[in-house]
Amino acid sequence: MMLSAVAGIVLGAATAAQAQETVKIGLIVPMTGGQASTGQQINNAIKLYMQKNGDTVAGKKIEIILRDDATLPDNTKRMAQELIVNEKVNVIAGFGVTPSALAAAPLATQAKVPQIVMAAGTSIITERSPYIARTSFTLAQSSTIIGDWAAKNGIKKVATLTSDYAPGNDALAFFREHFTAGGGQIVEEVKVPLANPDFAPFLQRMKDSKPDAVFVFVPAGQGGNFMKQYAERGLDKSGIKVIGPGDVMDDDLLNGMGDAALGAVTAHIYSAAHPSPMNKEFVAAYKKAYGTRPGFMAVGGYDGIHLIYEALKKTGGKADGDSLIAAMKGMAWESPRGPISIDPETRDIVQNVYVREVKKVDGELYNVEFATFEAVKDAGKTKK
Amino acid sequence: MTLLTILFDGVAYGMLLFVLACGLAVTLGLMNFVNLAHGAFAMVGGYVCAVLVNRSGLPFFAALPIAFLASAAIGAVAERTLYRHLYARSHLDQVLFTIGLVFMSVTACDYFMGSSQVFIQLPAYLQGQIDIFGLNVGRYRLMIIVICGLLTIALQMILSKTRFGSRLRAAVDDPRAASGLGINVPQVFALTFAFGCGLAGMGGALGAEILGLDPYFPLKFMIYFLIVVTVGGSSSITGPFLASLLLGIGDVAGKYYVPKLGAFVIYTMMIVILIWRPNGLFGRTSAR
Repeated sequence: MMLSAVAGIVLGAATAAQAQETVKIGLIVPMTGGQASTGQQINNAIKLYMQKNGDTVAGKKIEIILRDDATLPDNTKRMAQELIVNEKVNVIAGFGVTPSALAAAPLATQAKVPQIVMAAGTSIITERSPYIARTSFTLAQSSTIIGDWAAKNGIKKVATLTSDYAPGNDALAFFREHFTAGGGQIVEEVKVPLANPDFAPFLQRMKDSKPDAVFVFVPAGQGGNFMKQYAERGLDKSGIKVIGPGDVMDDDLLNGMGDAALGAVTAHIYSAAHPSPMNKEFVAAYKKAYGTRPGFMAVGGYDGIHLIYEALKKTGGKADGDSLIAAMKGMAWESPRGPISIDPETRDIVQNVYVREVKKVDGELYNVEFATFEAVKDAGKTKK
Repeated sequence: MTLLTILFDGVAYGMLLFVLACGLAVTLGLMNFVNLAHGAFAMVGGYVCAVLVNRSGLPFFAALPIAFLASAAIGAVAERTLYRHLYARSHLDQVLFTIGLVFMSVTACDYFMGSSQVFIQLPAYLQGQIDIFGLNVGRYRLMIIVICGLLTIALQMILSKTRFGSRLRAAVDDPRAASGLGINVPQVFALTFAFGCGLAGMGGALGAEILGLDPYFPLKFMIYFLIVVTVGGSSSITGPFLASLLLGIGDVAGKYYVPKLGAFVIYTMMIVILIWRPNGLFGRTSAR
C-alpha cells in the first residue's frame, strides 16, 4: 500500500519532469478551405524556422501541434480549448482571420496562455486579451500610409472599391481619413459583396467617375480577378492607377495576374523582393523547400515562432503564460521584412511599412519597394 | 453610351450563366433529377482548360472543346456508376447524394490543384476592349456572346429537330412507352447527362476569366445555377435562356446603378418572378 503510493508519487514526479522538458505550441490555422494558403504559408515558415534553428530552446524541446480550423471561428474555439485542456499547450498560435483570433481570446485570458496572432489583421484583436501578441500586421498600418502617400504624390481624386466586411471597412476608414486630411477627395465609394463573382459593373462605375486612382481592398484570393477585369475594361489605359494596402498584390498571386498588375502602388509590410540579405536568404530557403515564394503570411508565421523562441531564451525556459508574455513585451529583432518590435503597451507589432510598385524583375512580377515609413504603430490604437 | 455598355456586359454575363446552367436545366427539367453537383463538372472543365493552356501551351480555342469532352466523359462515367442508381429515388436522396459529391469534388480539387485561384492565360487578341461605333466592347465578353449564342441555337436545334431530340423527349415523357418503342432509355439518359456535363465544363472554361476559378467554384455558383433554372422554368431551353439574359442584365445594371443594393438585385428579381409565376417564366404548371 505504502509502496505503491510512493511509486505513484515518483512516477507522477517523473511525468511532470518530462512534461517540463517540452514546450508545446498549439498552431491553429486554416489548412483547407478558401484561406488555406494562409495556413500553409504559416506552417511552412514555422517548419523552415525550426529546421534552421533546431527544435530545442533553453533546454526545452519545442513541439508544434497543428490543427486545421478551416476558417470557422467555432472550430478555432473548440480546438483552442482542446489544446489547452487536453494537450496542455504552453502557447496557442496562428489564427488566419479576425473572427478566429477573437474566438480564442477569452480562452487565452482564462487559461493564461499566450496567444500569438500570426495572420489576422483588424486593430481590435490585441485588446481582447492581455495574453495576445501579434506578429502579422494591422490593416490600419498599411491603409493610413497609402492614404498619406497618395495625397502627397499628385493623386487628387480617388474612387474606392472595398469588400464589405470588417477588414475592408477598416481599410476604407483609415485610408479615407488620411487621404482626405492630406487634401485628397473621394469621388466614388463602392463596397462590393464578399462573394462577388463579377467586378465588371463596379469597375465601370469607377471608370465613369474619372478618378486619378482606384483604392482597392479585396480579400487576398480575389485580387487577381479584380486586376484582370480592371485591365479588360481599359482602366489602365485611361490612366487610372491602382493603389491600396498590399493584400491585393500578395506575392502568392502576383504572377498569375499578368501584366495588368504592372504599376500598381500598394503599401504593405512585406515583399518577397525586400532587398535585405536576411530576406534574400529567407526567400531562397523557402523557395527551395516549397517551390513557391513566401508571402506576407509566411513572414507572420516566421516571426511568430521567432518571438516564442526568443521569449523562452529570455525566461530561461520558464514557459508559464505570464513570464512568456512579459518577455515578449518590447522585444525587438530583425525580420525578413525589416526591423520589427512588439509594442510593450499594446503587444501589437511595430514595423516598417513600405510603399511598393509592381515591376517586372527577371521576367517575374514583384512588388518593388521605393519608400519606407519606419516603425509604424497600429493607428487604431495610437489614436486613443 | 453607358447604358449600352451595361447592356452589353449584362448580356455577356447572362449568356455565360446560361451555358453554365443549361446542363442543369436539362437534367433537372427533362430528366427530373436534382443534380446539385452540376458546378463540379463546370469546375472540371475550367481546370482542364487552365492546365492545357497554361502548362501545355495549347491555344485557348483548342482547349475549349477538350474541356467540353473531358467534363462530358467524367459525366458519362459518373452517370453509369453513380447517378443511375438514384433516378428512382426521392429528391431528398438526390440532393443529399449530389451535395456530398460537391464537397468531395471541392476537397479533391483542393488536394490536386491547390487552393489558390487559377487564371487561364488568354491570348492577346482576347484581352482588352475594342471600339465599335464609339462603344467600348470587351473582346472576351464579345467572344462569350458569340460562342454562347451559337451554342444556344445548336442546342435548340438538337432538341427540336433531331432524332435524338425526339427520342429524349419521348424517354422523358413516358420512359416505359418509349422503351416499348425500342428506344434505349438508359442510353439516351446517359448521353443527355454527359452532354449536360460537357456544357457545364465548357461554361466553366469560358467563365474562369470572369468568375474566377478555385476549388470552391461548385459551391459559390450553385445558387446562381439554381436561380436560372427556377426562374426560367425547367421544361424547355428557351425559359432558362431568357431567364439568364434577364438576370444577367438585371444583376449588372443593379450593381452599376445601385451599388449599395447590387448583390441583392438578382435575388429580388427571383422572388418577384416566382411570386408572379411560381413555376418559372416558362414552366408548365405540373411537369409530372
